Amino acid sequence: MAHSEDDYEYRIKEGDHIVLKRGDVYKAVQIQRKKKVIFEKQWILLDNVVGHLYSTTFEISSGGTLQPKEDEETQSSTDVKVTGTDNRHIVDDGKSQKLTRDDIETMKEQGLTDKEIIKQLIDNSSTFSNKTGYAQDKYIKKKKKKYENTVTVLKPTCRIIAMMYHGREPGKICHLRYDTLAQMLTLANIHAGSKVLVFDTCAGLVLGAIMERMGGYGSVIQMYPGGGPVRAGMECFGFPAHFHDMLHEFPICHVNALLAGKLDTSAKDPTEGEKQVKVDAEEEQNQPEAEQQEGSPQEENMEINTGDDVGQDPEKLEKEKRQEAKAQERKEKLEEKRRKLAAAAALLEGRNADGLVIASQFHPSSLLLGLLKFLAPSRPFVVYSQYKETLIECYTKLKEQGGTVNLMITDTWLRHYQVLPDRTHPLLLMSGGGGYLLSGTTVAFDHSKPAASRLAEEPAPKRQKVKDSEN
Amino acid sequence: MSFVEYSDLIKDGDVAIVHLGHNSVTPVKVQHGAQTQTRYGAIRHSSDLIGQRYGSKVTCSKGGWVHVLHPTPELWTVSLPHRTQILYTPDIAMVTMMLELKPGSVVCESGTGSGSLSHAILRTIAPTGHLHTVEFHQQRAEKVVEEFKEHRVDHLVTVRNQDVCKDGFGVTGVADAVFLDIPSPWEAVGHAKAAMKKHGGRLCSFSPCIEQVQRTCEALTEQGFEEIRTLEVLLRVHNVRDVTLQLPDFGPDPSSSQASPQAMEGASTAASPNQTSLRIKTTTLPREMPGHTGYLTFATKPRT
Repeated sequence: MAHSEDDYEYRIKEGDHIVLKRGDVYKAVQIQRKKKVIFEKQWILLDNVVGHLYSTTFEISSGGTLQPKEDEETQSSTDVKVTGTDNRHIVDDGKSQKLTRDDIETMKEQGLTDKEIIKQLIDNSSTFSNKTGYAQDKYIKKKKKKYENTVTVLKPTCRIIAMMYHGREPGKICHLRYDTLAQMLTLANIHAGSKVLVFDTCAGLVLGAIMERMGGYGSVIQMYPGGGPVRAGMECFGFPAHFHDMLHEFPICHVNALLAGKLDTSAKDPTEGEKQVKVDAEEEQNQPEAEQQEGSPQEENMEINTGDDVGQDPEKLEKEKRQEAKAQERKEKLEEKRRKLAAAAALLEGRNADGLVIASQFHPSSLLLGLLKFLAPSRPFVVYSQYKETLIECYTKLKEQGGTVNLMITDTWLRHYQVLPDRTHPLLLMSGGGGYLLSGTTVAFDHSKPAASRLAEEPAPKRQKVKDSEN
Repeated sequence: MSFVEYSDLIKDGDVAIVHLGHNSVTPVKVQHGAQTQTRYGAIRHSSDLIGQRYGSKVTCSKGGWVHVLHPTPELWTVSLPHRTQILYTPDIAMVTMMLELKPGSVVCESGTGSGSLSHAILRTIAPTGHLHTVEFHQQRAEKVVEEFKEHRVDHLVTVRNQDVCKDGFGVTGVADAVFLDIPSPWEAVGHAKAAMKKHGGRLCSFSPCIEQVQRTCEALTEQGFEEIRTLEVLLRVHNVRDVTLQLPDFGPDPSSSQASPQAMEGASTAASPNQTSLRIKTTTLPREMPGHTGYLTFATKPRT
């Protein structure tokens, strides 16, 4: 096999969405030439990483440019043989380190590597050789973390992005911890080929996670509140173009109309009359020419001016042209929006979706009861909430209404371990709360007995014998 | 029906999951003319199941009823016949995400055991991925092959009956991810590395004991694996309850009796003397819950 060709998909390319990593800190960025990004209080320039393989570690040199790090022989950077056995003679007099802060700053400015700085620190520490081997390791590890000047470039995956969001911006994702997200994907049986409904106000992280698991097969309908769907988290995944073909969107404000069969997707926006559209369509033919003549400055202006009617140009002609272009753009956008709405509505109308995932800061019970109507029977659904109380209400309402089985409210605990020879233990810190999930499976509604009572949830045999002997 | 594709109607030869209530489920192989006995009476497959929609309610011979559900790996996990200790959904969910499994992934697994994790992997990597699973116990290997066929996922999986510690996975340089659930995973780490792609990949080892974890981590370090992390995930199930709590009786309140007659009236209706308790909706945790399943150790194989 030709190696270079084989490697193509593993190489970093301009425009790629990547994740920077140092230690346990991640940051997602898109590679652009000459663009500076800030990572861990340092400005870096990503130009040099293009063409290298993913998972390469780079050293940050002065000016923020990156150089691939040379392979180190082994991790035991400083082989210290002399160790103490305990700390009975170690006194905290604050004078054990002979180097001052200024000395260290000078070393950093001189561009010494982290290894060299650490060596200096050890050589100038009067207590280091009295420390136990474990304490020495810990000291080195701590200093390394502080003076390390490298960054690893990773290909984004759900694991990395979920961990990144949880670490950096938990507020933006309603404190959804990555293990909870993992449970959601599994409980909702997310897989290629299904038709999944998502309501995600977690920056689009959940949407991205679902799209990754579907691999471009099937369809995802993102139900969104307000003016448009939020997808920043999804963008971080850097999905190939064809993944976006499976993604649809539908505003929740039209859900009732759709359910009542009164959603008219043929001529959508009330602000734009049909006549206007026709006029615009006629003007369309002249449009490309006009755009070419005006060049880029006009295009820029258009972007800024969209939806605003303040053309201050002295020349009438130019003003007219600009308005024309504006109207044209608006019309195209509306047409695009209408087309998308119609496509999503068509997918929803069958009420045969294969899964429903809700992760938002909205009150979940009305969302759930509304969106559940689009699901086929015998399909899973999962609702995330940061708070358990809202899910208790959902649970109660679903029990009253019927149409679901296997209802469960759960949460998970996640515990990390330090595993080292003779020093294995759980990490001192664990995450407090990763949110709660309500999961279940839809079943066909029982039309003979509406509003089933709580007792009716359990199949009630006419002869009670079997049931009684059960416990 | 297939474990990797939904269908609407129950057909002859399907595996359907019968939901008996209270999270009690049992798998049923649907066959013309066959009957299944439940505590609510018999289900006649030809009339009660075949041609019905998944999710519909089926009335049994004694008048009781059940729901028939489309199979999913999660329902299979809670209903499958145990031939070994199995992995449950919370661990499976974590493994799937941390191994970065998705459609198209090539995965190696050992041992296959009862196939609980295998079904979840197959669901996730379909339609273009493949699972190479190794089980050294001949009967268990044969049984799971049969199940994969019945569940219509056999095109996505190869079962090998060999010892992974001695003979490896039977493939080299193809896997994006490796999962180990064997008594001595450290003996299989080298084979795991060999099975993985040159470009690297992810590994997970599941072990109940910390000593096993210790040895596995040492072996992983030796073999040049990076990002070695050990973690544990525990599921808590919250049961929704209506709870009634008694209110203390402090006797008549003299200060409230001096208030205006209007307020008195209001107070008497709100906190009438016969209201001695308060109902609240809350959740309780089970008195006992699984406190440990196994440690999950994850690692990344770098490019070699």
